[in-house]
Amino acid sequence: MYDAGKIITGLVIFVGIVTYPIWGSLGGSVNMPEPVVNKSGTCVESAEYMRANHMQILDEWRDSVVRDNDRVYTSQQYGTKFDKSLSTTGKTSCTSCHSNKEEFCDACHDYTAVAPYCWECHIEPKEEI
Amino acid sequence: MIEKALIGSRRYWTWVIALLILIAIGAYAYSQHLIHGLVVTGMSRDVSWGVYIAQLTFLVGVAASAVMLVLPYYLHNYKKFGKIVILGEFLAIAAVAMCMLFVVVDMGKPMRVINMFLYPTPNSILFWDATVLTVYLGLNLLCGWVALQAEAKQVPPPKWIKPFIYLSIPWAVSIHTVTAFLYAGIPGRHFWLTAILAPRFLASAFAAGPALLILLCLLLRKISDFDAGDEAIQKLGTIVTYAALVNFFFVGMELFTAFYSNIPGHMHTFEYLFVGLHGKNALAPMAWISMLLGLFAIVLLIFPNLRRNTNILAIACISIFASLWIDKGISLVIGGFVPNPFERVTEYTPGFYEVLVTIGIYALGALILTVLYKTAIEVKKEAAK
Amino acid sequence: MNENRRDFLKKAGVGSLIGLGVVSAINVATEEEGKASTRSEDTSGTRMGMVVDTRKCKEDCKACLDICHEIHNVPDLKMPDGSPDIKSEVKWIWKEPFHNAFPSKSSAFTSESLNNREVAVLCNHCKDPSCVRVCPTKATFKRSDGIVLMDFHRCIGCRFCMAACPYGSRSFNWQDPRDEANSGKMIGGNDINTEFPTRERGVVEKCNFCAERLAKNMIPACVEKCPEGALVFGDLNNPQSEIRKVLKENNTIQRKPELGTGPSVFYIV
Repeated sequence: MYDAGKIITGLVIFVGIVTYPIWGSLGGSVNMPEPVVNKSGTCVESAEYMRANHMQILDEWRDSVVRDNDRVYTSQQYGTKFDKSLSTTGKTSCTSCHSNKEEFCDACHDYTAVAPYCWECHIEPKEEI
Repeated sequence: MIEKALIGSRRYWTWVIALLILIAIGAYAYSQHLIHGLVVTGMSRDVSWGVYIAQLTFLVGVAASAVMLVLPYYLHNYKKFGKIVILGEFLAIAAVAMCMLFVVVDMGKPMRVINMFLYPTPNSILFWDATVLTVYLGLNLLCGWVALQAEAKQVPPPKWIKPFIYLSIPWAVSIHTVTAFLYAGIPGRHFWLTAILAPRFLASAFAAGPALLILLCLLLRKISDFDAGDEAIQKLGTIVTYAALVNFFFVGMELFTAFYSNIPGHMHTFEYLFVGLHGKNALAPMAWISMLLGLFAIVLLIFPNLRRNTNILAIACISIFASLWIDKGISLVIGGFVPNPFERVTEYTPGFYEVLVTIGIYALGALILTVLYKTAIEVKKEAAK
Repeated sequence: MNENRRDFLKKAGVGSLIGLGVVSAINVATEEEGKASTRSEDTSGTRMGMVVDTRKCKEDCKACLDICHEIHNVPDLKMPDGSPDIKSEVKWIWKEPFHNAFPSKSSAFTSESLNNREVAVLCNHCKDPSCVRVCPTKATFKRSDGIVLMDFHRCIGCRFCMAACPYGSRSFNWQDPRDEANSGKMIGGNDINTEFPTRERGVVEKCNFCAERLAKNMIPACVEKCPEGALVFGDLNNPQSEIRKVLKENNTIQRKPELGTGPSVFYIV
């Protein structure tokens, strides 16, 4: 191999940079956060279902509300009806129970490094301390 | 083959590094879009498209003009274009790449650009424009690269490439037609609402594109040992001449319909462009320069004896290119927004960052062109040995 | 594929072509029979619209614009000297002098009071909206009740709709409409209405005929707030509606009807 030294050094540097996210976070361990819910009771579906599927539900809701004017969700599990709403209006909107965005939304989203842009437009609930 | 672009003279590398610096400046300027929004541009509620979409429009024409080499060479077996047909295809690649970048930098939400294909909307011309441009880019990459590869191996191009080459001919016409349809189907913008827009786009493209190719050939003759050949260059000159004449004929027809019919909406933008409207005339100098440069170029081109002189041909090509760049790359898009639907005149001057981004994208196009041309020329040099 | 089948396909193809031809011929014939001089317009289904009585509208009154922009979180963009920032401003409903709103209907001999009358302009919620036709992502669309809406989740900010709208009804968020330094406020100082989302930078917006209020069986805020009762809202396709009564009793005009967009906002002058 010509220039073996250069190539191998280059490769080492490249691999080092590419794997930085892995070794860069070694040592500093972060515990998986547990989202805090202010209100007891049931959500539109079970907690397990919501944990896995809330993003799909919200994605479907935003289409059906804006495009089809279909603003009410009937729970598949409980049969109860909810406003498809992120805002603080309505007694049965998301944020009427999940009024603590930082402890509820952000905690997990930060941990999993996702950045949904809901709150760029929708008004986040005022923290009641 | 692309590795041939990695070996070059000091002058070559100076050029490449200069382009890279301009690209970096453009990228920095674009970061301002991402931080502050399109408010850093000169665009407004009334003139909602500016130099970006205008450059897209102009460069689609440059891209389409590759057909002026492909068609004579492959359909009419005009051998003199054999050497330079690759230059046309590679110019098309660089031009389409720039077009796509200009669309993206113009978007308010560039991170959602894929929505165009997630929610395909056949009634939107922009959807079709994105589609035909992507396919055209693919066609030229394929045809150009395969032909060059065959040349490097000193074998004739494979048979299977022929259908793609033939397809690229009507496709070139389609990209510029669709781009014209972006404008020509919009109610209430009288300057654009004209059936002759697509033909006019094609005519100006077939003048500006080959004019640029002539200039590139002359440049290559100076800075490298690649010679396109006088006959090929002269043939391109003929193409430029006819296309320029047809273009100005079309412009004349637009002026006739607008002013003979005396319909205010049809006259307004022309008035704004050439003499000003409601006392505002920021684009008038540009419009006149464009018109005069174009006519000057036609005078030089129309006499075969004059254009046979390479220096005069070069001057004519620079003039017609500049003329048509102003016409399509500025006046057409910006003028179309004047006056606004309330018959008020809002003027537009590009923002500082907007200019830097534009220069950056042109630099990137020039870099793509440089790398591709360098590869092609080195391959041809080796094949000739 | 056997011969018979191929034959059948051929015949079926020719047959359907003939069928299509007959159908369109019938269509043409009935159309010609039907309406000789009035514009033929499909009036089935729901089509929400508005009538603006420009005679009642008071010159200095801004009740409709203020309430609209307040509840919909429309930023109030101003130049440092207090004049409107015509470059970046966002507006859903606003007033224009008659000769600007109706350029082709104003002449040197039109009465001065009409020519300079301030008339409210807003999205026309066209029957055949050119903005919807050009949108590459269906981010702007026409709802089944005729209201032309924006899906801010989907808009890519290409602004083709702004070029295509012949009424200048659309605004683009050239910058973040929220006041970053002052949470809870829009740029320009108005408070954020927490019951309605703001927009983010990079999307197009316009009047939505108060779709969020209609969902709660409320009428549009501008109509409700107008102290002169100059605005009437309702279903144009319902012959019993109030708006149809008003349209029957008054001569009305639309903005640029010659463009074929079918504006659903009518003006009494």
